Amino acid sequence: MATVITPKKACAVNPLKMSQPIGSALAFMGIKNCMPLFHGSQGCTSFGLVLFVRHFKEAIPLQTTAMSEVATVLGGFENVEQAVLTIASRQKPSIIGISSTGVTETKGDDVEGFIKLIREKHPELDHIALVYVSTPDFKDAFQDGWAKTVTRLIEQLVDPMPLDAERLPNRVNLLPGAHLTPGDIDELRDVLEAFGLEVLVLPDLSGSLDGHIPDDFTPTTLGGISLEEIAGLGRSAHTVAVGEQMRSAAIALEAKTGVPYTLFDRLTGLEPNDRFIGLCAKLSGRPVPLKIRRQRGQLVDAMLDGHFHFGGKKIALGAEPDLLWALSQWATELGAEVKAAVTTTASPLLEHIPAKEVLIGDLEDLEARAAGCDLLMTHSHGRQAAERLKIPFYRIGIPMFDRLGAAHQTIVGYRGTRDLVFEIANLFIANGHEPRPDTWALPKEEGHAGTTAIAAH
Amino acid sequence: MSSLSSKIQDVFNEPGCGKNQGKSEKERKKGCTKQLQPGGAAGGCAFDGAKIALQPVTDVAHLVHGPIACEGNSWDNRGSKSSGSNLWRTGFTTDINETDVVFGGEKRLFNSIKEIIEKYDPPAVFVYQTCVPAMIGDDIEAVCKAASKKFGKPVVPVNSPGFVGPKNLGNKLAGEAILDHVIGTEEPEYTTPYDINIIGEYNLSGELWQVKPLLDELGIRILCCISGDAKYRDLASSHRARAAMMVCSKSMINIARKMEERYGIPFFEGSFYGIGDTSEALREISRLLIERGAPAELMDRTEALIAREEARAWAGIESYKKRLTGKKVLLITGGVKSWSVVAALQEAGMEVVGTSVKKSTKEDKERIKELMGEDAHMIDDMTPREMYRMLKEAKADIMLSGGRSQFVALKAKMPWLDINQERHHAYMGYVGMVELVKEIDKALYNPVWEQVRRRAPWEETTWEDVADSAIAAETAALAADPALAREKRRSTLICNCKSMARGIIEDAIVEHGLTSAEAVSEKTLAGTGCGGCKGKLDKILKTQDHWHPAAGEAAPRSQEAA
Ligand code: SF4
Repeated sequence: MATVITPKKACAVNPLKMSQPIGSALAFMGIKNCMPLFHGSQGCTSFGLVLFVRHFKEAIPLQTTAMSEVATVLGGFENVEQAVLTIASRQKPSIIGISSTGVTETKGDDVEGFIKLIREKHPELDHIALVYVSTPDFKDAFQDGWAKTVTRLIEQLVDPMPLDAERLPNRVNLLPGAHLTPGDIDELRDVLEAFGLEVLVLPDLSGSLDGHIPDDFTPTTLGGISLEEIAGLGRSAHTVAVGEQMRSAAIALEAKTGVPYTLFDRLTGLEPNDRFIGLCAKLSGRPVPLKIRRQRGQLVDAMLDGHFHFGGKKIALGAEPDLLWALSQWATELGAEVKAAVTTTASPLLEHIPAKEVLIGDLEDLEARAAGCDLLMTHSHGRQAAERLKIPFYRIGIPMFDRLGAAHQTIVGYRGTRDLVFEIANLFIANGHEPRPDTWALPKEEGHAGTTAIAAH
Repeated sequence: MSSLSSKIQDVFNEPGCGKNQGKSEKERKKGCTKQLQPGGAAGGCAFDGAKIALQPVTDVAHLVHGPIACEGNSWDNRGSKSSGSNLWRTGFTTDINETDVVFGGEKRLFNSIKEIIEKYDPPAVFVYQTCVPAMIGDDIEAVCKAASKKFGKPVVPVNSPGFVGPKNLGNKLAGEAILDHVIGTEEPEYTTPYDINIIGEYNLSGELWQVKPLLDELGIRILCCISGDAKYRDLASSHRARAAMMVCSKSMINIARKMEERYGIPFFEGSFYGIGDTSEALREISRLLIERGAPAELMDRTEALIAREEARAWAGIESYKKRLTGKKVLLITGGVKSWSVVAALQEAGMEVVGTSVKKSTKEDKERIKELMGEDAHMIDDMTPREMYRMLKEAKADIMLSGGRSQFVALKAKMPWLDINQERHHAYMGYVGMVELVKEIDKALYNPVWEQVRRRAPWEETTWEDVADSAIAAETAALAADPALAREKRRSTLICNCKSMARGIIEDAIVEHGLTSAEAVSEKTLAGTGCGGCKGKLDKILKTQDHWHPAAGEAAPRSQEAA
């Protein structure tokens, strides 16, 4: 049980948080033949683009309505219209995903109204889906932008189904949170497929941002879930949502189509994966495949080997709520203690995080609390703090710009959890302190130095 | 905002900018700001530009006043290097929320400055304005003034909210901010006749340190590099330099010129990219210093150093000659620096594709500059498949370009080297050029290419086949259908800034019988943005027999004219 604190300082130092429009754009990038579009000034888009390019090391489709100072004052209808027309003629996408930004939200542009007008004026664009999500920069954070976008996609693009509609018994929907990497999605798909289940993933970054050589060059997104597939999500037998942030999307899908859902607050760790595999077995009516049984055994073994190194270790975590939840639960289950936990935005999970307090704050807060910890886990921006604190640093989350393979870092499933146990245990081992003659020196008695030393303890 | 708009006007009137001088009064009013096309724009905002220009000042706290987007999505992402403080890499932002948007963010800004000074005690705080607080009317200049008074420390407003324009405008507005608030506010501990400023150099990948030893040997002191590896104090006392060198594509021309005007510091425009350019720059520095009273023997020492270092560099390149002779480099860039490297590449025996330059004379350089400028524009606008096609047609062995084309080059399994801003290697000065040739050699001869180009044994068609057949089909369709070819030709975008398609330009030429690029600009607005497409306009005019309706629409070669 944690106390959730929002520090009362005015200035954020070394932000942990990223803005929600880019979370929204990333969700759109998991749709096939999509062009994500920011309604805002071009700079916001450029920053988002650079961030994703550096993280995924891939070309990133992202456009802007290029609002100038004058346009922001006058309102952006013309810019939105022009952007949609230009994109329609140049990139020929099936869907344009529009996210608002701070600039256009401050003005109060009615983008839904704009879209209505565009539809009236341009029937030639009828074949292109236009999905709009309101994501002001000055509210919420990255994972919120992602979650809102998935919910909007469902509300707008999924065909409604009667509650008693006939379903495809072997098909499952997967709604992954923003914290799942393409590698994570692949892992979950592997597991589901091992049960003979067919999976539709919304949004599906595993085909679009997993760093493969494409079959063809496209200026829009590569891979991802198609509009037809989204429309047909209601024909699946079940929905699996991963991360608390996806709850509203899962509920929206159930409300519209009657597909029941199971929400996993995390899929890192033994117990939640047992539940997941149990669900797969139930849905498919098949016994758990040998391969998965072996994977479970390997995880159990990894936990046994690893616990020696985790026991009593103090960990400092900085991540968005759902990732923070997954990591803190997992680390605690191995005997480590979450000494510092900082996150970006509100979530019902925060008060249940196994730490004394959880801050909605920044990396300065985390650094201040991480002194004396054995490990810092956060995104690449934690590198300076780790250097100053001289503690081992494990990069996790977006952005990860100073290492390769961000898209393939996998921490879900038995296998992902197993590998994470090894990686972190190895960090602890590598950083183990060799004993020295003065390691067990008696505390100094004389002078005030001794008093301070004791006071400091 | 009124003071901001007059600043912007002032920057546009910059007499030091050759491009602006060529423009009419009316054009100049419109400024260099590219009219951005919604749905077809790329590039950073004015805030981004301002931050790029000033963030390399290492010991200052750089505070961004705005919502999380501006700083949260972008901090600590630049490759400048510091020899001292790392405070510049700390991300400070007011991260304004909904309440601030409704009630104003000035109080939060003031308190943020206070917290920073209490916690980090920097010699100065630079405050960057962004769009949302500009829209709600936060007066950062007033807040900075009040904070400066209250805390007894320079608090410098950098008023360059993103939506006023592109990056290069932000570079200049940042220059104005330090001209107004920083330069000349302190005195150096001592001065020498050998003190210079280097303006517009950001010490990316530490490249300034590839040149500094040369200056050190000559006894020339960099009083301040604006802004690479600068300290606040250096910047504040930089007005005592004897001479200045301005690098980097005029991004800080206003600083160079106004420092000349206000403090009598003469400057020249030079580059440390390329062997010849480095020597020229060193000579020029010495010449200016001697003009300002340094002993004339400085030039002899400079020449001796140049002779020695040039020989060393050429010898360094010589060793790669055998392996590189005859290899083709496709050189494309968004920056203007790459033309300086042409000479070195040629010296290493390589052929630069896309330019027909034998020797790099000054005029040639201008031409390459122009050529590259155009191509850079093209690249921005190309679909990946078009870029693949270009790579293929150029039959290049390696591509040198800016970051954006990296992924196409790599997916096309083409060796690629980054020569733009975000690159990880330093290529400045004599050593830098040898380094560049070495990197090219490493990229070209990496055994990975042979492996990745081999198709999987079970693979029947690769994406290359798909792309090739699509390209062939497209070409065939155009050849078979002159009307389609005409349509395609006419829809090619010629002027990116003004989104002017070729058809409009052709029509104007036909209708008004235009004969010069200027006349075309006058009638169509094409070429009135950045001016990068002037060459294309000339070419359209010169190749009229390919496309002019009177010349017979039958000419199927019209595609070549594009
Ligand atoms: S365009 Fe404006 S809101 Fe967007 S990043 Fe630039 S300064 Fe910030």
